[in-house]
Amino acid sequence: MTDMTMDAPEPLDFGAMLKEAGITAGVMLLLAFFMVGFKTLDVTGGIAIEYQFGSVVMVGFLGFVGRIGLILLRENRPFPVLVITAPFAILAILLLLSTIISALFGSAPSTTLRTVFDFFSPFPALPVTVMIYLVVSIIAIRSLIAFLHSRQHEAATASRLARADQLGATVKNLSRFLGPLLLVLAVIFPFTDMATRQYLDIGILVLTYVMLGWGLNIVVGLAGLLDLGYVAFYAVGAYSYALLAAYFGVSFWICLPFAGIMAAFAGVMLGFPVLRLRGDYLAIVTLGFGEMVRVILLNWYEFTGGPDGLSGIPRPSFFGLPFKRYPAEGTESFHTFFDLDYSSSHRVIFLYFLILALAMLTNLFTSRIRKLPIGRAWEALREDEIASRSLGINPRNTKLTAFGIGAMFAGFAGSFFATRQGFISPESFTFIESAVILAIVVLGGFGSQLGVVIAAIILIGLPEAFRDLQNYRMLAFGMSMVLIMIWRPAGLLAFREPTIRLFAKKAHQAGDGK
Amino acid sequence: MTDNARALLTIEHLTMQFGGLLAINDVSFNARSEQITAIIGPNGAGKTTLFNCITGFYNPTVGRLTLAHPTHGDVLLEQLEGFKTSQFASVARTFQNIRLFTQMTVLENLIVAQHNKLMRASGMTVLGLLGFPVYAQAEKAAKEKAVYWLEKTGLKDKADWEAGNLPYGDQRRLEIARAMCTEPVLLCLDEPAAGLNPNESHGLNELLVKIRDEEKIGVLLIEHDMNVVMEISDHIVVLDYGCKISDGTPEFVRNDPVVIRAYLGEEEDDEIPPDVVKDLHLNGKNGDGTSKGPA
Repeated sequence: MTDMTMDAPEPLDFGAMLKEAGITAGVMLLLAFFMVGFKTLDVTGGIAIEYQFGSVVMVGFLGFVGRIGLILLRENRPFPVLVITAPFAILAILLLLSTIISALFGSAPSTTLRTVFDFFSPFPALPVTVMIYLVVSIIAIRSLIAFLHSRQHEAATASRLARADQLGATVKNLSRFLGPLLLVLAVIFPFTDMATRQYLDIGILVLTYVMLGWGLNIVVGLAGLLDLGYVAFYAVGAYSYALLAAYFGVSFWICLPFAGIMAAFAGVMLGFPVLRLRGDYLAIVTLGFGEMVRVILLNWYEFTGGPDGLSGIPRPSFFGLPFKRYPAEGTESFHTFFDLDYSSSHRVIFLYFLILALAMLTNLFTSRIRKLPIGRAWEALREDEIASRSLGINPRNTKLTAFGIGAMFAGFAGSFFATRQGFISPESFTFIESAVILAIVVLGGFGSQLGVVIAAIILIGLPEAFRDLQNYRMLAFGMSMVLIMIWRPAGLLAFREPTIRLFAKKAHQAGDGK
Repeated sequence: MTDNARALLTIEHLTMQFGGLLAINDVSFNARSEQITAIIGPNGAGKTTLFNCITGFYNPTVGRLTLAHPTHGDVLLEQLEGFKTSQFASVARTFQNIRLFTQMTVLENLIVAQHNKLMRASGMTVLGLLGFPVYAQAEKAAKEKAVYWLEKTGLKDKADWEAGNLPYGDQRRLEIARAMCTEPVLLCLDEPAAGLNPNESHGLNELLVKIRDEEKIGVLLIEHDMNVVMEISDHIVVLDYGCKISDGTPEFVRNDPVVIRAYLGEEEDDEIPPDVVKDLHLNGKNGDGTSKGPA
């Protein structure tokens, strides 16, 4: 299958090329003008505006050049692209290597490289520069591949598609090991040097969202009920614990199941009126329910403390052993019981393992219940409610159990949140939280357990990684969302594992993962 | 097939009205066990509406639907909540536009059909969740049942396929297998031969006859394909404009002048009276479009 036509590309239409690149540059200039062009500065007595038109022009220029590069690639002319992008890619690789080497051997990074790099990085924030270099490197690699490709007269689209399929299968196989691997990493993480207070806190946050994602996955992924008010159950769980502790002085371990039951009850309460709704209508009503819960918490001042929130929520104990430096007379605390030196990180590590255990409980529950009749009935209802009814599945009970069980896990997560923070207020349970949890589920791929983990790491972890960008943090976040939706529109890991098989699977069969 | 056997399903004065539209008008007939009862009629005659009344998707305006259930005694279908028609009265159905769980595998489709039995075995999920062997055994039995029907319908080697990826004919058969996995006493099939080639439709005939003779259940069949209908039905009911116009053996219905008129139109209607033609200035212009009747 040697296709000679690939070697003799049609002559370039420079006019069309310039026009296309010009339009791209124009759009980028327009976007950058508003988003990058102005920057507010705190000055004494108010806010001043700083203009950054240099960056705007730079953005337009990069857009123009980048588009021309992509057009040349598309028109089978990789060579000029390769020549232009390769130096930057090499620079990026060298810099990366020198950073790694200097990190490994503890020496200072090479200053010459640094100077060259600084000269070629027009943007003040490091992440932007890193991303630009990344994009340039990707284009360079693509053009290199295209260049070699055209020289070898290799078969074109067909073999490339086959290779993509193969890659997909490999990723699928790898993901089977990725789940257990991630779990092992998560377990040993707090004992490594990386586990500073900051990273542990991020870890706890990510795990909380993983758990919420898994819980919502039951409602949205399995039962197909689009729930935009999931944070309401999270709030019910958190307030259940906080109020029970405040009014009755009950400990965390007794409150935890109670919080779950209360949230499940709220889930069923919401479920009843929305039984007949589906799709967009269901989403709107659940959204309204989520806001209702928040507004009630905000206005019922005598009971919930309203906007002041509830503070002084008791911290969890290690099965009765508190994490206190000086335990009360005659009692033991965690570090005295185990003969350890007191360290404030004990509690953080304990919280980390607590949420890890809760999240794994959610995962175990979900992966088991998928293989039970109720789980299959959820999926059947998602696929076709009328057919399910004709098979004798009770749609009402089935939907209510999905709402109830999904809400229960949000309740657990909520009471964990309350005990971790020690303070809760309605501020923490706004709609945006629901949106983030739903985004985690959608991004991970509906129904995919591992996908939720990866999506939570990206969605919660990335904004932390983009902290250097200051104002543009959410912009970069939005851009990465757009990119993911372009590359993986059905979610990162969207494939469904059958719950029962007649014939053993050909490929290596491993545990159902995380 | 004997006339003195008690009817499995007795429909009396069934009427279904949607606003001003009378979809079914005072229809009464019986369907017997171990018989295939075909319901035929031109498009819009109310056949699918009749099915929806029987299977609990519609509440009839007037009428009584009695099912002589072998274990639960006489069940009044019109009083049952939708899903109970299958759960309690053991009436299963298929759909005119196939309704499979397309993203689930073929086997899963058949396991879902045994939901209620498995639900009881899993102790309403609790026992199953805790891993009690009761559920594992029940699931094994459910799988065996599914395999039995997969073999009957020739789908066994595609058991782990996603149902949506099956060819059209296989999807039709899978829907029948799924309905049979609910262990019905009455199976309602809404145009099972639609879109099948002659070969597949012959296979379908054999399958339906087997279901009737081996499972000893009643089959209610809506079908347009007269080859299928005449070949396998024991009893035919003809509907037109919501009314029953004929009821009897295939031989009787085939020669019933009322049925012939409903299907083919009347001879006399063929000619447009000359004065009308003159009034409408139709002289030879649109003659083809306006004339109706037998070709």
